[in-house]
Amino acid sequence: MADLLNVMGLETQFRTREGVVHAVNGVSFKLKESETLGIVGESGCGKSVTVMSMLRLIPAPPGKIVAGEAIYQGRDLLTMSNEEIRRVRGAQISVVFQDPMTSFNPVLTIGRQVAEPLEIHMNMTRQQAFDRAAEMLAMVGIPNPKDRLNDYPHQFSGGMRQRAMIAMALDCTPQILIADEPTTALDVTIQAQIIDLIRRLRDDLGMAIIWITHDLGIIAGLAHRVDVMYAGYIIEESLVKDLYINPNHPYTIGLLGSLPRLDLHEKRRLTSIEGLPPVLYQKPTFCPFVPRCKYRVDHCFHENPTLVSVGLEHNVACWVDPKTGKERS
Amino acid sequence: MTEKDLLRVENLVMHFPIRRGVFQRTVGYVHAVDGVSFTIRRGETLGLVGESGCGKSTTGRTILQLYRPTAGHVWFGDDDLVSLKGETLRKMRKKMQMIFQDPYASLNPRMTVEEIIGEPLLVHSLARGKEVRERVRDLLALVGLNPSYVNRYPHEFSGGQRQRIGVARALALQPDLIICDEPISALDVSIQAQVVNLLEDLQEKFILTYLFIAHDLSMVRHISTRVAVMYLGVLVELTTSEELYNKPLHPYTQALLSAVPIPDPLVEEKRQRMILKGDVPSPVNPPSGCRFRTRCPLAAQICAEKRPEWREMSTDHFVACHMV
Repeated sequence: MADLLNVMGLETQFRTREGVVHAVNGVSFKLKESETLGIVGESGCGKSVTVMSMLRLIPAPPGKIVAGEAIYQGRDLLTMSNEEIRRVRGAQISVVFQDPMTSFNPVLTIGRQVAEPLEIHMNMTRQQAFDRAAEMLAMVGIPNPKDRLNDYPHQFSGGMRQRAMIAMALDCTPQILIADEPTTALDVTIQAQIIDLIRRLRDDLGMAIIWITHDLGIIAGLAHRVDVMYAGYIIEESLVKDLYINPNHPYTIGLLGSLPRLDLHEKRRLTSIEGLPPVLYQKPTFCPFVPRCKYRVDHCFHENPTLVSVGLEHNVACWVDPKTGKERS
Repeated sequence: MTEKDLLRVENLVMHFPIRRGVFQRTVGYVHAVDGVSFTIRRGETLGLVGESGCGKSTTGRTILQLYRPTAGHVWFGDDDLVSLKGETLRKMRKKMQMIFQDPYASLNPRMTVEEIIGEPLLVHSLARGKEVRERVRDLLALVGLNPSYVNRYPHEFSGGQRQRIGVARALALQPDLIICDEPISALDVSIQAQVVNLLEDLQEKFILTYLFIAHDLSMVRHISTRVAVMYLGVLVELTTSEELYNKPLHPYTQALLSAVPIPDPLVEEKRQRMILKGDVPSPVNPPSGCRFRTRCPLAAQICAEKRPEWREMSTDHFVACHMV
């Protein structure tokens, strides 16, 4: 399948009073048509900043995209004019944000907000847009959609707000849907509803999804490919099935080992990853995972590894082969 | 209460009044906990799991008498904590401590680590002067922090380290029971495992009893001997963590289990999912009869009319459902 999106060498920094934070340090990935790509990592690893930089949605200043390209339909999202990127955002690429409470405007009705992209991008009249918005709400499973259009966000429950957000994101049938931890603020039974909904819509509409999360469980059931991020780098990328059977980066191995499995009940001790993620006031000159790594060798302290192939569509940025514990030749 | 039981909760009820208007008249009640009974055995970890607003944290706080319950009893040995007050209650609190969810809000930012961890010792007159510092240093080492951190302030620590300080504070009085109220849900995945392992190590070392409150079913199942499932102020099922997964009886437990993602693509591919419709109703006006009936796939006439009894179906397996 053709590449829909090609991000290369993306670097984003934030200038703060304490110094420059190197949030994203050269990230490259591709997204194919109707593929679901999972981006996994812990808070502060740069997963959201990567995607928001791509759409130029980071606050600047203090944020600054210092290098990279994001090629979509033959054009670079990072260099096109503000007017042009506005035509892409919300129409061809749209976002579902994490917190459904703060991402709606509390003083506008749900109807106004769900209809807005239709008026802007599809040149619909207010009435046409409202009719279509009601259809969209029905599609995401909100009962009595016509009446609910006049409700304000606070009258919706968390799960319903997230459904409305999905309806708004899908207004213009985007090619790419970016889901930035859309279920993290929700309870687990509501999370299951939302994931089920997005899975169905994806299969009906054939859109590509970038799903950002810290939950390796969600990714397992949803994504085709996974990028694991740490300290602003992609440290492992793989097809989803391969990653869980054959994790190659010590961080991925540690992360999988630190998750309890609901379906297994051996009294296993969780393998924790000792230490803390680094604060990125300097761009790392050696492997950023070294202080927490069980497999480190001398080389790791001197040079930052780049991604190398370890199998079919499976790349890892690590000097050591964790199966042998020795440096890769 | 048998020898094995450390604590017995009997028909615990906690209603919070809703006040309105100039005269603060009571216009209704939030039925946060509505008749909950269970026992916690000495040395075990009892998991209490449920979604936000189901009353699991309120249950924990009411057990410690941080809220005085509307009705019910909490037996700790031969004492009913509900009937105790003043000095006698304060003395009992020494045996029961709590670890809170938010490690950012539960440590006073103006106190040093020594003051935070040492305070319970001073309050209960268990140590004085230099002794306090010695004990605090020991406690810090015990929870895996550098003992030389005694003079630091909470903001100098990460979330995981703060939670360790919270654990050290809870341990200071050598309690029998620690109520862990979502101790890991504010932490990153790789840090969660560190704190859970610490809690398990300490339990083994000091024969502690935990009430582990959380919404993450896989973590609760991992750490718990037995698990209680709560929905809208009532318990729906209580059994060993083994049986909970292998033989869940209540439809809510089944739905909850099927909603938890499993980090294995091969398992996920084959899983049967049971997706519940709708949202949790408001605890101000909970549904009549069975609380779960509005979302239950098995709901029948009787579920609206009669509250299901809390029955022991087999040894150590309690459930409240008409359809089981």
